[in-house]
Amino acid sequence: MMAKVGMMTVELSKEFLLEAQRRMIRIRLFDERASKMVKRGQIPGTVHTSIGQEAQVVGACMALGDSDYMTGNHRSHGHPIGKGSPLAPLMAELVGKATGICKGKGGSLHLADFSVGSLGESGIVGSSIPIATGAALSSKVLNNGKVSLAFFGDGAANQGNLYESMNMAGIWDLPVIFLCENNLYALSTPAHTVTSGVIADRAAGFNIPGVRVENGQDFINVFTAVKEAVDRARRGEGPSLIEVVTYRFNEHSEGLRLGVDYRDAKEKEEWLAKDPIVIFRNYLLAEGVATEAELDAIHAAVEAEVEDAFEFSQSSPFPDPSTAFDDLYTEPFEVYA
Amino acid sequence: MKTMMSYLGAIGAAQREAMDADERVIIIGEDVEANVYGTTGAGKSRAAEGDFLQRYGRNRIRNTPISEEIIVGAAAGAAMTGLRPIVDLSYSSFTYLAMDQFVNQIAKNRYMFGGQASIPVVFRSAMFYGLNTGAHHSDRPYPMYMNVPGLKIIAPASPSDAKGLLRSAIDSDDPVLSFEACPLWPMKEEVEEDEYRIPLGVGRTLREGSDITIVAVSGSVPEAVAAADQLIAEGVSVEVFDPRTLVPMDVEGIMKSVSKTGRLVIADPAHKTCGAAAEISALVAEHAFDALRAPIKRVTTPDMQIPFSPALEKQLYPNRDSIAAAARAVLGLKVSQ
Repeated sequence: MMAKVGMMTVELSKEFLLEAQRRMIRIRLFDERASKMVKRGQIPGTVHTSIGQEAQVVGACMALGDSDYMTGNHRSHGHPIGKGSPLAPLMAELVGKATGICKGKGGSLHLADFSVGSLGESGIVGSSIPIATGAALSSKVLNNGKVSLAFFGDGAANQGNLYESMNMAGIWDLPVIFLCENNLYALSTPAHTVTSGVIADRAAGFNIPGVRVENGQDFINVFTAVKEAVDRARRGEGPSLIEVVTYRFNEHSEGLRLGVDYRDAKEKEEWLAKDPIVIFRNYLLAEGVATEAELDAIHAAVEAEVEDAFEFSQSSPFPDPSTAFDDLYTEPFEVYA
Repeated sequence: MKTMMSYLGAIGAAQREAMDADERVIIIGEDVEANVYGTTGAGKSRAAEGDFLQRYGRNRIRNTPISEEIIVGAAAGAAMTGLRPIVDLSYSSFTYLAMDQFVNQIAKNRYMFGGQASIPVVFRSAMFYGLNTGAHHSDRPYPMYMNVPGLKIIAPASPSDAKGLLRSAIDSDDPVLSFEACPLWPMKEEVEEDEYRIPLGVGRTLREGSDITIVAVSGSVPEAVAAADQLIAEGVSVEVFDPRTLVPMDVEGIMKSVSKTGRLVIADPAHKTCGAAAEISALVAEHAFDALRAPIKRVTTPDMQIPFSPALEKQLYPNRDSIAAAARAVLGLKVSQ
């Protein structure tokens, strides 16, 4: 399969394309299970699912290399899964177990898996954008060729730190991609009512590329746009802003019951028909990349992975209460209780 | 071999040692390239041996835009990915613009991510008080940061301490904030030219005595010593103790002194409410109450803004007279001399 990345045509292997579909399905099934678990009281607190946004997440993550860096936000499970993180320690973290990826210290909002370059999700809107920019500063100073990507939403696009980050990245040509996941709503607030102009256009003020991916439900669309920015960053040509238009299928956070239905039923129906996993499956079939049987086998394998992750999260022990005091500092000293 | 160094010269010496010792150490901040404050020059004076820019180059010495949030956040992201940045934030009052990054990212990331992150970064800022710069430049905000677990805080009060503590801070794999009082800038003393480190969390006794302990913080230290010398001339045996590090605090050193003298005055240029003096008072009341022979007295800046006029400003900070008066009151001596 050939895809156009900027001026270049690149070959996408079958293995790569099937891995993309696998990761999208992983996000879907992981989040469907997490949503159920919250409602059953098996996960304390709440979770924010990426259901509906899988192409946008995986398209961006798979444009990065394995050792590249990434930061994210409160819609937090898809990012590490998209970057290749195994499911079991993530699920265990959601449940608050000792075997969780953050030993039960972070929970859903603060997943991080440094082994795959995931430098952390953030419960503060926009707060991890400077962290990704700083990771790009490391790459620049150390000249190690690593690229960094910050995921943030349309809500965070109105935080000042994004523009401080874009300015710094612009002056220093930092290898960072600012990836705005525009799912049209900041919780209940329609993005266009709180956003002056077009988010992607704001890049022009910093003299860096700004791209709006109108159909963020299509993996190839997202992947090619982000890949071009990643290649550019790796060549030392600096940062890019990419706005991907997408839609979350579920509520802002699971279990949140709002009095008013702020999303129009027809709008919702139209977007639900644009399911990124179905779109990509049909694409793979139409292009002859894979057979129905192969794609069904991937789905079944991921179902088993999620089941295993669930079992792991249930059978793992809760952390010993004394470990609450671990990992505050690298060199611990007495903390006064 | 020892040589005469100013407070700022000692900071410059520590930064030079660290830059020479480790390629991962970089300095970023406002006006660091031009060596505006005299801490990024290679010699004892600004012009002596060429500045850091010539010595280390633009990759490792970087002027930043005036964007505190991204300066601080980028330094954190860089520290999480292999660099060991020293950040010059110029005035301490400017740190507030980066509060989200300090509190939500830098202080929390190691803990929240279950120990996956280490954040070896030093944030230096000058408390520009007593210099008639008015309310926006004169803050002494270290108590705010003492209330943020995950940070370490140093407040060196002499050139020797500045050099040794800063080296330890740069060596630390945890984030350290260095608060440097401008009234200490003109201070000069013989400082060891070779590398040395003063461990964080270990205070220093400047005067040994048995009747009363004066614990003094940051810019109050020389004033406390002057007050002690007045009292010593009057026949009182005074101990002066500088904790040097506010987090971790040398609780043991303070308890040892108070257990011996049974009386305590604390001199702290921060505000009274929830200040360093308040914390030290509480620690002593909790851990050494039985040793106390008189109530503790705090000498601090009152809970108010700093006025511009020299006629208004000068009286507000702890000085030798107010510290000595407090000591006499605790000792039950007549207040008049």
